[in-house]
This record gives sequence, C-alpha cells and structure tokens, in this order.
Amino acid sequence: MAKHKTPLLDQLESGPWPSFVSDIKQEAAARAKNEKGVQYQVAVDCPDDLLGVLEMSFTDGETHWKHGGIVGVFGYGGGVIGRYCDQPQMFPGVAHFHTVRVAQPNGKWYSTEFLRSLMDIWDLRGSGLTNLHGATGDIVLLGTSTPQLEEIFWELTHNLNVDLGGSGSNLRTPASCMGMSRCQYACYDAQELCYNLTQEYQDELHRPAFPYKFKFKFDGCPNGCVAAIARSDLGFLGTFKDPIKINQEAVAAYVGGEIAPNAGAHAGRDWGKFDIQKEVVDLCPSKCISYEGGKLIMDHKECVRCMHCINTMPQALRIGDDRGVSIFCGAKAPILDGPQMGSLLVPFVEVNKDDDYQAIKDIVEAVWDWWMEEGKNRERIGETMKRLGFAALAEAAGVPIDARQVQEPRHNPYIFWKAEDVEGGWERDLAEFRKRHQR
Amino acid sequence: MAFISSGYNPDKPMEGRISDIGPRHFGEFLPPVIAKNFGKWDYHEILEPGVLCHTALSGDKAYTVRCGSARLMTVTHVREICDIADKYAGGHLRFTTRNNIEFIVEDKQAALDLKAFLNNQKFPGGSMKFPVGGTGAGVTNIVHTQGWIHCHTPATDASGTVKATMDVVFDDFQNMKLPAPVRISMACCLNMCGAVHCSDIAILGIHRKPPLIDHEYLDNLCEIPLAVASCPTGAVRPSKVELNGKTYKTVAIKEERCMFCGNCYTMCPSLPLSDGEGDGIAIMVGGKISNRVTKPAFSKVVVPYIPNEPPRWPTMTKVIKKILDTYAADANKYERLGDWANRIGWERFFEKCELEFTAHLIDDFRDPAYYTWRQTTQFKW
Repeated sequence: MAKHKTPLLDQLESGPWPSFVSDIKQEAAARAKNEKGVQYQVAVDCPDDLLGVLEMSFTDGETHWKHGGIVGVFGYGGGVIGRYCDQPQMFPGVAHFHTVRVAQPNGKWYSTEFLRSLMDIWDLRGSGLTNLHGATGDIVLLGTSTPQLEEIFWELTHNLNVDLGGSGSNLRTPASCMGMSRCQYACYDAQELCYNLTQEYQDELHRPAFPYKFKFKFDGCPNGCVAAIARSDLGFLGTFKDPIKINQEAVAAYVGGEIAPNAGAHAGRDWGKFDIQKEVVDLCPSKCISYEGGKLIMDHKECVRCMHCINTMPQALRIGDDRGVSIFCGAKAPILDGPQMGSLLVPFVEVNKDDDYQAIKDIVEAVWDWWMEEGKNRERIGETMKRLGFAALAEAAGVPIDARQVQEPRHNPYIFWKAEDVEGGWERDLAEFRKRHQR
Repeated sequence: MAFISSGYNPDKPMEGRISDIGPRHFGEFLPPVIAKNFGKWDYHEILEPGVLCHTALSGDKAYTVRCGSARLMTVTHVREICDIADKYAGGHLRFTTRNNIEFIVEDKQAALDLKAFLNNQKFPGGSMKFPVGGTGAGVTNIVHTQGWIHCHTPATDASGTVKATMDVVFDDFQNMKLPAPVRISMACCLNMCGAVHCSDIAILGIHRKPPLIDHEYLDNLCEIPLAVASCPTGAVRPSKVELNGKTYKTVAIKEERCMFCGNCYTMCPSLPLSDGEGDGIAIMVGGKISNRVTKPAFSKVVVPYIPNEPPRWPTMTKVIKKILDTYAADANKYERLGDWANRIGWERFFEKCELEFTAHLIDDFRDPAYYTWRQTTQFKW
C-alpha cells in the first residue's frame, strides 16, 4: 500500500519507455517487505516519501528541495551534495537527502560483483535510489543522511577500493569515452590518460582551490562521444597527422553493395543504392576526396579529419598511424556570457605513457596556474580566456601561436601592442618632439 | 534501527583513513573479449537496432546489446541488471555516455536471444524495463539532470519530461530511419548541468520571474557581496529595508535587468526564483558535438516558452515530435538536424515545423547577439 497518493506520477507508469515511477514503487515495496532483513540506516520509507514530494512538485510546478548547506567527509571539500526537503514534516523519509558522488571506472565498464557491492552499501546506508550516471560521469548515489557519510566513505575506500568524485569549485571527476576498449577510431588510449590524470590530480579533485569547477573530458576521436569539445574546460580529442589508410577492395565492396554503408546505421529506411560520389566525395568538408576509375583518391594534406568518410566506410578506411591529441580550452554551458565551445589551444601533442604524459601535464598545470592567478570567483576558465584574450592563455600555457588556433584572423586593427613590440619602446622625449612640431 | 558502524571512529577520524585513491582502474572490469582485443579493433557493424558487432584484427567478435534506461534507477533494478549480466554476459556490463546499458556476448544468436529477452521485460505498470535500441540514425537515450527529484534550482522536472518525450519518440529509439543521429538532451535550469547547449533537440527548464527577496533572513544566510557579484547583468545591488520597525541589510534587484539565470540563488538561498506560473520549458535545436562534415554547433532557441504541464507535458512533446518528423521527412541522408535547418534556412525551418517566430527569439544578449542578426539580402520569402 503506497504511503502517498500519486495520481499524476501514476500516469508516467504507462508508455513504452522505462518508468522511473514504477521502479521507485518497486523499491518502496522491496524495502517495506525487507526479505533479506536489512537493518536500514536511513528511513525505510524514503522511496515512498520521494514519490510524495515529487507528486507535490507535479501539483505545484515548483521544486521542494532546499539549498545544500555544508556536508561532506573529513578532509574533502567535494564529493557530497547536501540536500534537504522543504516539507520535512510531510516527508520525513527525505528530510535529509544528500547525494554521494562516486568515481566511475573510465568508459563505465563494470563487473556485476562491483556493482552489487556498491548496491549493498546503498541498500544499507542510503535511499536505495541511484543515478547511473550523473552528467559529469560519476556514479551518483541519491539520498542519505549526514551520519552515514563517513560510514559510506569508509566502506567505499576500505571494502571497494573506490573514492568519491568531485563537486564544488574543484576538478570534477574526469570522464572518457570507451576509447580503445571497443572502438577502432580511438587515436590514443583515452581511458588510460583519463585514469592517469585523475590519479595525478586527486588533491585538486577533492579539495576546492579553483575559482570554479573545472572539467576534463577525453574523446578518442573527432566524433566526440563524451562531448569534450562542448562541455569540458580542457577537452582532449584524439586526432592524427598522416594519411587515412585506404583498402580499395573494401571500397569496391561498399560501391558494389556487399557492405552496408555507415556500419548499417541507416538500415531502417530505404535510402537507395549506396552512392559514393554523393555520400562520401561530395560531403567531404575540405573536398579532398575523389573517386575515379573505381579508386578512392584522397589528397591527405587537405584532409581535416572530420571522420565522415571513415564513419561511412569503416571497413575500407582507417585512421592514420601518427596519432595524438588536440587540446581544447574553455567549453561550458551558459550563464554569464552564454555558451562557449572549447577553443583549440594545442593542435597536436603526443600521448606518451612512457614519460607519464609529461607534455600534457605541463600544459594542464601551466593553464591552472594562470587561471588560479587571474580568474575571478565563479569564473570558468573559458570566461577568463575571453576576458584576458586567447593569446594570454596561450602564452601562459607555453603553447606556440599557430594559425590553426583561429578560424580567421581578427576583424579589427585594435591591437594591444606592447612597448617591447615597438622599435624604441614607448618612452619618448617631448622636448625633442617639440623641436619638430610647434605648439 | 540500531546504528551500524563501518569501522569509522568519529573520535579518531584519521585512524585507518584511506583517501585520494580515485576510481577503480577500468582494466579490472573489461569482459574477456574486450580485454583481449583492447586497442586492436578492426571495424564494427550495427546488425539490428540495438545490436552491434565489433570485429577485432584477431578475428574475434564482440556482440553488444544496448538498451535504454531511466538513469534514475533503484538498487533493486540495478541488481536485476546484474542478474541479466551474470546470466547472459559473463558478469560484465557497461553504461554509455547517454545512460544506455550495454551487455557484451560473443555469439550472434546469444545477442539476438538477449535482445528478445530484454524487450520482453516489463514493469507492473506496463512500461518496458530494458527496451533495446539507441543505435545509428535514430534517437538514443536522453541525457538529463535531476529536476524536481533532487535539485534546488530547477524550473521543471527532468525524469518526467524525459519519460514523456521518450514515450513519444520511442519508435525512433527502436528504429534507425532518421537521416542522422538525433541527440535529445534535457537540463532543468539555465545552469545546464545537462549541457544541452550542443544538442540536436534540447529541452531546457527556464524561469521567467525575478527572484523573491527574503529580506529578514538574507543577511544571515548569504554573503551579500557574493550575491551582488554573482549577477552577470549587474541587476543585484546592496540595499537596506525597514520591516516592522527593524532595518535589515539586504539586496535590491533591478528587475528589468534580470535574465532569470538563478546564479544569485545559487550564491544566496534567500533569493528563490522558482514559480509555478513563471517556470516552464524552452526548446532549442540544431546543436551538435561531433566534427563530422560540419563543425560542432550550439543549439538555437526555437520555442521561448512552454508552460509546465505535468505529468506528460503534451505541448512540449507535440513540438518535439513535429520538429523530429519534419526533419525526418525533409533532410538528406547523413544531414544533422542543424545542418538541415541551415541548408533550408531558419525562416523555412519555422514555416515547415509550424512554429511561431517571435521577438523573444531574436538574440539581445551582449556581443554574440549581433552575430545572429542578418546582414545580407540573401533571405527567403
């Protein structure tokens, strides 16, 4: 028997898409029954009360959650989001309902053993509700009370060998695509670089010392499956320098219809016979491809590595061998000046595991030093970059200036020349000037 | 309910403490066929909607069955997912960046059997538990935020709007008949934890009323200089008010300068701006992230406001379905939604999608606005 009537939420139980309402009801019933005799450490009826408070929001059109306040574990500034219900008398089960962010394994691969152990902790010490996963990538455990936080942290670190993720003005839990684990396009080991930098910067991740949040994301290739270019303060996108490798026999098989284009991604509709001219050659953004005499020809020097031809004919075309990453700086969603896309700071850098990715770490740390010196409170690095100029960022990062960093040169001639740029500097003698020019 | 200690001793918090160990290494969790062929994959194919086959240079094949999830999931549900992974996929699974669940098997028939099994699992309320799909030229799972489930600044619900939308576009989740992938994203306020600003279709919660000022409490709960500094448009300034004969240090808000972003509320809980009448949803379209053919692009606002209509947000889902169907009928193969709109022209986009163009859709926010106005005679009647 449900604790609260939820006539509006009940309408979200029908329809094909998985219903979170049905799932929460199932959890409420399981906790009420408690077949395993779990000694629940937070209110048994918190799933019921969560449905109750949500139904109230559906009626009012307003949230019923309060500002977080300061909660967390000893020595950390991030990883826990405080949350309290603004109607605690009506919904005591969710009066305190803090979120715990847990660092996810890169690429979000799991063994069931690990997930089950995590669920056991959350059954005992939390609401039984989770998000898999949060927008930054963390495993999100949704709803517990303050006395449980240290206990959860203890069990995570001692029993599961896993740590909390980031929240607040610190390095957020870095995230990568699945990289080389199951993708032939990965230009570097995105997961390993992500893991290495995550471990290197644990202090920055757990103890807020930045002006605002800072996100790393790692895309194995320009297809951008984790959206590094759009939503990370430093985004790492795999790329390559040398020619795309062509298997002409496989090209012929695509043209002949033996292999479905785009890996079969358009199979739901009859788009007609594959037309290599229309579907590959004409769509190349730099027009570097031609198809003549049954052969695909690429002027690789003009290629901008957009991935379209490779995506369209994955069995015929392969990424080049001279691989590395491009680093983009300053992406963020809106607020303050509006959305920003990451800007290309470093066109190419090697991803070298043998020296512990030192070339990349040098750039990361130089960028942070500059931002921590120059950034205002609650200013994302993309905003600092806009305020002080891209050249200032590039100089701070120790990155050479390159035409690849811009789409086109500046529109205005209001150049901030420095004294050292100009012959003779800015110190001039007025008396000498007046000898040549009367007042 | 007796308190159970994990071993943590609050009197000696540093004793036995382990910290800064980070995540588990991903290598521990890879299924055997994935671990064996790491970095040595040759090509992939989509065999059926929701079923992928990756072939390694070694000739090994990994079959992936992908199914949708509600993202918000319970311990009971996750254990059920683990049961499936144990039974069919050797005790391994993964989540995609769009909150789908993937099971890897090493045999094609096993993949098809698993697909049929997953499609048959239902909640008692009637919805599917693990609908298979989300691949290729279709709609995949909607990434979203917390909404009324857990957030203190939302202008709408997230789980509810996503459930309503996915039900309406479900056919395109289970099929691959669109011109290109369509990524729908949802963020419940302008803070955009869901980063919807580069999505083919974005559902965005917005506020439309300036913050209330809780004068009596503000100075106790907030740092006034931080609240003032937080406002991107300089609409908040320090002030004093008299209430019941007592003077309070507080702030004043220049309402015509407010863009309803909620930044001040994040800094100061005494400036709430949620409102049942004021809040609702904006629809944005035409963003993308990939570098394929065209450059990554921002989403554009095409509907400035739709009221919250829980539980199923019918006006919002009708707009989304109309945009999706018009795009599906009109765009070229491989053409993303924004590229289609750019090709036909945005004036034509509004006409074809039967959307009203209003003054609210002309950008008036700082420098970027100028670059969105037209400076050419090249327009369409």
